[in-house]
Amino acid sequence: MTIAVLRKVDNESVASILREVEKSLKRAQGELVIDFSSVARLDGVALSSLAEFASKADTASVKVILRGVNVDVFKVLVLMKLNSRFSFVN
Amino acid sequence: MIASEVQQERTQVPSGAQPPNDERTAYLDRLVDQARAAAALFSQFTQHEVDRIVTSMVLAGLDQAFRLASLAVEETKLGVLEDKVIKNMVATEFVYNYVKDKRTVGIIREFPERNLVEVAEPIGVIFSLLPITNPTSTVLFKCIMAVKTRNAVIFSPHPKAQTCCAEAVKVMYDAAVANGAPDGIFSCLQSHTLRDNDYLMRHQDVALIDATGGPGLVKAAHSSGKPALGVGAGNTPVYLEKSADLSAAIVDIIISKTFDNGTICASEQTVVIDDEIYDAALAKFADLGAHVCSASETELLSRTVINPSTGFMQPMAIGQKATTIARFIGMSVKPKTKLLVAPIQGVGPEHPLSVEKLFPVLAVYRARSVQEALRVCVSVNHTGGLGHTAVIFSRNDEVIRKFSEVINAGRIIVNSPGSVGALGAVYNDLVPTFSFGCGTGGGNSTSDNVNIYHYLNIKRVARRTQAHMWFRIPNQIYFNMNAVENVRQFSSRSTIIVTNPVLERMGHVDVVRRYLSAETHAHLLVIPDAEPESRAVLEGVEKLNFYNADQIIALGGGSVIDAAKIMKLKYQSPDADLEQLAAPFLDLRKRVVDFPINKIKQARLIAIPTTSGTGSEVTPFAVLTDKDRGRKITLADYSLTPDVAIVDPQFVMSMPKGLTADTGIDCLTHALEAVVSNYASPYTDANAMQAIRMVFKYLPIAYEDPKNEEARCMMHNAACISAMAFANASVGVNHALAHAFGARFGVAHGRANALMLPHVIAYNAGVPTKFMPSPYTQGYVAHKKYAAVADLLELGGGTVEEKVANLIAATEQLLQTLEFPRSIADLGIPKDEFGRVLPELSKAAYDDPSGRSNPRMPLISELVDLLRKAYEGRGAAQQKEIAQLITA
Repeated sequence: MTIAVLRKVDNESVASILREVEKSLKRAQGELVIDFSSVARLDGVALSSLAEFASKADTASVKVILRGVNVDVFKVLVLMKLNSRFSFVN
Repeated sequence: MIASEVQQERTQVPSGAQPPNDERTAYLDRLVDQARAAAALFSQFTQHEVDRIVTSMVLAGLDQAFRLASLAVEETKLGVLEDKVIKNMVATEFVYNYVKDKRTVGIIREFPERNLVEVAEPIGVIFSLLPITNPTSTVLFKCIMAVKTRNAVIFSPHPKAQTCCAEAVKVMYDAAVANGAPDGIFSCLQSHTLRDNDYLMRHQDVALIDATGGPGLVKAAHSSGKPALGVGAGNTPVYLEKSADLSAAIVDIIISKTFDNGTICASEQTVVIDDEIYDAALAKFADLGAHVCSASETELLSRTVINPSTGFMQPMAIGQKATTIARFIGMSVKPKTKLLVAPIQGVGPEHPLSVEKLFPVLAVYRARSVQEALRVCVSVNHTGGLGHTAVIFSRNDEVIRKFSEVINAGRIIVNSPGSVGALGAVYNDLVPTFSFGCGTGGGNSTSDNVNIYHYLNIKRVARRTQAHMWFRIPNQIYFNMNAVENVRQFSSRSTIIVTNPVLERMGHVDVVRRYLSAETHAHLLVIPDAEPESRAVLEGVEKLNFYNADQIIALGGGSVIDAAKIMKLKYQSPDADLEQLAAPFLDLRKRVVDFPINKIKQARLIAIPTTSGTGSEVTPFAVLTDKDRGRKITLADYSLTPDVAIVDPQFVMSMPKGLTADTGIDCLTHALEAVVSNYASPYTDANAMQAIRMVFKYLPIAYEDPKNEEARCMMHNAACISAMAFANASVGVNHALAHAFGARFGVAHGRANALMLPHVIAYNAGVPTKFMPSPYTQGYVAHKKYAAVADLLELGGGTVEEKVANLIAATEQLLQTLEFPRSIADLGIPKDEFGRVLPELSKAAYDDPSGRSNPRMPLISELVDLLRKAYEGRGAAQQKEIAQLITA
């Protein structure tokens, strides 16, 4: 079952929304889509949250799809070698 | 004394050290992870954000300059507090002044005239090793550089400078993070070991090592396999030349050598003083508080401050006051002595004080001449100081120039203190730094003062540039019947008419003579009717000299005009080396060998062609045969282009049919190759297209009806117009093949061209196996341009392929009308003989410069194929080829 997180994530809410979404991981048998189109920049907390979230999703065997990631944020994920732990769609 | 501590910096060689234990490894990995995350997050920052953080760090550094200097002196027991304060201020304020307006994010520099943009890419995690001699100032400097360039740094302080370094890093870190920098941007190792350094130097996520310190440290950094800025020891020679302002020079040397007790590696080590001012210089040193050592004192210093086993300075002396050193070795000096000046007699192991001494002991040498002084400076430079710093005091520009030529140093400081001068931005406009790149002489990749640009990957975005092209032809061209009359308007006292025996017998020379002005003395030079030979050309030059000619009229075909071009060249520039001028080139404007500009004589060249094909009257080419060496020399330069061309059809009215056909097809080939050439331009296209139209219309008439004046006139013009195109766009593979084949089998040039032409059109119209790189063309357009030719000729066809096929068919038809052989086989050349020479022919065609402007890069195998097709001939094979082309 694919769960789409309809609420848009922005710069400030990355960590808090990921914490909320963690609860859905058990229900999401398959895929989870998070809309990142409003995230213009990651800060340290957001980056840590993403890394942690990726690990939890791995454990739950859930494929996390980030939608609309801008290229600057994507480059941070690449530099942190986190890009391979997510899928990306427009 | 601190001998053991300083020694550690000089001898630590972490390479090959055992890895740290698991707990320590985890700690180091965490530091790297933090730095990597910080660098990744930092990559999103704007220039404005970065600059705001830098400013806050600089202010914090300035505020703490004294405290950090105090900590450094207290912990390291080296140097002078007041000088370390200055170092901290230079590392902040002066560095800030250099970096504040520099762009380090996104586009950092633009070169619109070159269509070039430089874009900054941060490096990532930098592992930075710090020296004991300048600990806090180096931290401040490197932190500012790192933030300005959006990098993260892990610092490894010298074991005996850990506290002051950690405190300096904290000052910078707190200011940076408080103003928005990512957490983890800096960290400073504590209680670390050589194993830790080794581990971090080889860590996969460390992108760059910036090692400032002793030779062992630098060597370890360079041995790690990582990109490294490893900058270390020097041995600064100083030339105090007799023209110098002696009083100012001595003060500068004392300022520099006593600055922070001589701990800056750019400080003066051996001063070579001209004999004339030697005694005065030593007196001034003494007057200003230096102690000039006696021979026995110098010997004592040599034995004590330099390690007799290693030949390096003793750590116990580094960064100590002159009085402390004197007391330690038992030398009696005045209480306020600033500097120990020790006269030495040479450089090298037998003169221990000629090495680097990071303490206020200065060697001096008396030189009896400039040459001796320079030799001694070079010797000092090569005794551990390669690539680092050198100093000269002189008002003689020539001596300064020579010094800078013979000394290998990244910084050559003139009339100012070496140490503070090398730091930059105080006494000169050098980039402020605390790391001196020493070039390859010092085992470094840079000889710069290390700065922000060494902390960046600079990406160069190179947009395609609009290549400049050209269209060059004689500035006067006269054409149509009786155009030769225009000869009379050119004044000349002495004219040489170059022609061949046939044309002379035909009375053409008399026609020309008729129009020369009365005051012109005309002399005839008859050369053989063949490709010009070097011997004939040189004889011609003799005649030009004999008659002191001011005008040359070349009356003939391509051979005569080519000969006249070369005669003019050698007449005007006797030293011109034809062999050298024939050197190959890829781009006419970038050729290695330039044609001579200086001319000892001036002569006008008027070319009057007597055939309608080569177009030599307007081209910059000339071919010369050197029979003695059995080779041809092809010259190409616009200076060879005749000054005046007179295209008068009266001289071609009696051309035989075969020559009419051969030269006419040569003209057509010029135009067809110029149209698709990689050097084609709208200017050459206009000429080439017009020439093609004229050839298709008038060549058959001129061939069938040689007396048809209009056809002759138009073909004569077509040859010239076509030549204007290929003089600027060049030709292509058709000519390359024809040159090779014609030379091997003695076939006339036009005929050889005709045998290749339909095959070459089909070849160029196909999809290239390899595209020819060319800045002048956009995409592959040869097939479309052939189609445009077909449209011009109204050949019909609905698609590009059909139009190309129709052009090939029309060319075939023209060749048939002109009664050209259909194949090489038709010439009577046996197939087996042709097969045997195919490799030689294809190689010769490949080497021919004509092929370099062909739109399709000819592979040797393709040249073989083209030659085979030419052997088999047109007809069935050709039809099949066209059919394939249309299908494709």
